[in-house]
Amino acid sequence: MELKLTMNNAELRNEDELKSRKAKKFNLWLGMIGMFMMFAALSSGFIVYTASGVDKGIKTILPYAFIYSTAAIVLSSITMHLAYNAVKANQTGKQKMFLLITIVLGVVFFFLQVNAWSVLFERGITFVNSNASQSFIYVFTGLHLAHIIAGVLVLVRCFIGAARNIAPSDNLFRMEIAAIFWHFLDLLWIYIYVFLLLNQ
Amino acid sequence: MSTTVISHDAAHHGHDHHHETFLTKYVFSQDHKMIAKQFLITGIVMAVFAMLLSILFRIQLAWPDAEFPILEVFLGKWAEGGRIRPDFFLSLVTIHGTMMVFFVLTAGLSGTFSNLLIPYQLGARDMASPLMNMLSYWFFFTACVIMVASFFVESGPASAGWTIYPPLSAVPTAIPGSGLGMTLWLISMALFIASQVLGGVNYISTVLNMRTKGMELWKMPLTIWAFFLTAIVGLLSFPVLVSAVVLLFFDRSVGTSFYLSDLVVGGTILPNEGGSPILFQHLFWFLGHPEVYIVVMPALGLTSEVISTNSRKPIFGYHAMVYSLVGITVLSFIVWGHHMFVTGMSPFLGGVFMITTLIIAVPSAVKAFNYIATLWRGNIRFTPAMMFAIGMVSFFVSGGLTGLYLGNAALDINLHDTYFVVAHFHLVMGSASIFGMLSGVYHWYPKMFGRMMDERLGYFHFWLTFIGAYLVFFPMHFMGIDGVPRRYYAFTEFPFMEKWVSVNILVTWAAIVSAVGQIAFLWNFFASIWCGKRAPQNPWNSNTLEWTTPVEHIHGNWPGEIPSVYRWPYDYSKPGHDADFIPQTVPHSQTMSSNLIHDWEGNEYGIAAQRVYDKEHNRETEG
Repeated sequence: MELKLTMNNAELRNEDELKSRKAKKFNLWLGMIGMFMMFAALSSGFIVYTASGVDKGIKTILPYAFIYSTAAIVLSSITMHLAYNAVKANQTGKQKMFLLITIVLGVVFFFLQVNAWSVLFERGITFVNSNASQSFIYVFTGLHLAHIIAGVLVLVRCFIGAARNIAPSDNLFRMEIAAIFWHFLDLLWIYIYVFLLLNQ
Repeated sequence: MSTTVISHDAAHHGHDHHHETFLTKYVFSQDHKMIAKQFLITGIVMAVFAMLLSILFRIQLAWPDAEFPILEVFLGKWAEGGRIRPDFFLSLVTIHGTMMVFFVLTAGLSGTFSNLLIPYQLGARDMASPLMNMLSYWFFFTACVIMVASFFVESGPASAGWTIYPPLSAVPTAIPGSGLGMTLWLISMALFIASQVLGGVNYISTVLNMRTKGMELWKMPLTIWAFFLTAIVGLLSFPVLVSAVVLLFFDRSVGTSFYLSDLVVGGTILPNEGGSPILFQHLFWFLGHPEVYIVVMPALGLTSEVISTNSRKPIFGYHAMVYSLVGITVLSFIVWGHHMFVTGMSPFLGGVFMITTLIIAVPSAVKAFNYIATLWRGNIRFTPAMMFAIGMVSFFVSGGLTGLYLGNAALDINLHDTYFVVAHFHLVMGSASIFGMLSGVYHWYPKMFGRMMDERLGYFHFWLTFIGAYLVFFPMHFMGIDGVPRRYYAFTEFPFMEKWVSVNILVTWAAIVSAVGQIAFLWNFFASIWCGKRAPQNPWNSNTLEWTTPVEHIHGNWPGEIPSVYRWPYDYSKPGHDADFIPQTVPHSQTMSSNLIHDWEGNEYGIAAQRVYDKEHNRETEG
């Protein structure tokens, strides 16, 4: 009797855990909608502002660094996917390797963006600018970078979890959440980049 | 992560208790019921604070030349010689608006009742993420503390109006309130947005993922529909305010020119150039307009539930009520331009915004008519909650009507920024939402505290507040039509406004009397926590699930299994049934004498059984 009861409880806890995980994943999707709205607001702000005068607009060719950073983040999405596949196949070693590559690519992305800023700055396109369309470039990329920092922290947490050999189901769930978020950041960057390219 | 103990075994549940300390039970609680109470009490404290601010500026408006030495005792340099200083007057209206709109009617209303009712009425043990829920409250609390703290800053609190339009808000040297006070306002607001997004994500997720067996979307009470759609509106609009505030922050602190251009402050030309203050208004009102629906929709939901229960009748047009909420949700995002008709917007665009705005009258009117149709020939119980619900409908109608005038791009040239606007939104969103909220407090108090509130004090509170609110806001329409602008410090400075000072005296006295009347509520609310009559299981004979939970709160809400749901929540006075209510947990097999064929929703066995029963009992039902 006692045994049956504990089992029952364990099962229930398990079921509850599943339900709560489903809800957490759903929360992440909702959160991403919120984040997207923030960038959508900036985009519409940019459009409204840029349309307000002929002297407004980006009025420069976007730095090449953005092409490299785009390549880096797309590549990191692929390695993230490989890491996720490795977890599903229960290959922790492979998972850690790909995860580490993803983190490194994330950091590379970060520095490439900063590098792009310095290119812009050398051209005289500063953040404090009477043509705020150009300031918008910094706001878009800066806010995206803030999210990238958060994303890298999430990845690091995954890596630590994998390194400490946490329970496989926890590991998988962490990776799933991190992968969704990381792909979202990738797509978000592509959206921003295309948006800026179309307006340059 | 969920700390809720979920054991379907009641006996087991009893002794397997985690030890709760004062800190985890009352302070850092992750229980939705406790968080709801935290939101409510914080909201009430903020409401009292914001109300006192309004009394202060009402005193200035009624007696612009008189001196009240007592003001100097309390306010010091803000009221030198017993007269409120002009810049402090601006702070008062700004913070009054901010606190009422965001802290009382957004967090205090949605935060309280979404937290309380979503798990209760849907049959869930708790929210999807109790931790996020707790964070939501503490972000909100911190935001409140920072906003109040801005009164203790040398240069005073923010004073650019609750809409914080640049350039006033963006140039720290423009007025005293645009200095540190404005910075604190922005920090407080950032925390508040975080709180709302965390809370809103949780509400949506809980509604979609955690419903009990049988609780289909179309069996949800209208309260839940309202909270759900409100949360969606919040999730889509608050992040936009983040963007607006981030750009404002850069303009203030870094020197960018998103919103600023061609400014001269105190004889010096500011370096900012090329910005557009209109840009801020677009971004702000893209949140700001949905925000007023965030404020009013939960009140509409609560009112639906209270009116139906206390009319002992099904809500009239349940589907129409839901669709009109959906309609309001969608339309709320495409009407923001009506706040900006006079910013030089192209007349064509103004026409578009005018049309979308006026279309909102349709779902709003559907709701108002449905409330009245629900009351029609009802067996009405005038409980205090019901009085406030009817009062809510009254304000919603009388304030909504003036919306038609303001939504008209041509009339708005005359009416914008006058007291007509003040009258309009204080009735339709201020008073209506406050009444919806109070209605909810009176109705669900037994569920929150296990005690009843005093009815007589409730009626006293209702009549004072109801008459007081109309006396305060109704005369403002006439001032507005006469062209009296809002936010002006002293009516004596302009000859054409002087005649309105006498009206201001009436308004101020009405405000003071109804403010004093709130003591009846506060006494009733706080004393009843300890001294109220003990609440019975289901004090209002209501159908919804929360009344099946024990009066004494327990972790996980239901001691045994969560009840299943078999019917919609509005089976009141169903012909053929012996009681005038049938809770959602009663299966149709137990109510053969009152079932209609369509109640079986195509269940063949049920329909067959029903036909046999009807034949045996000589009952006629529709096909």
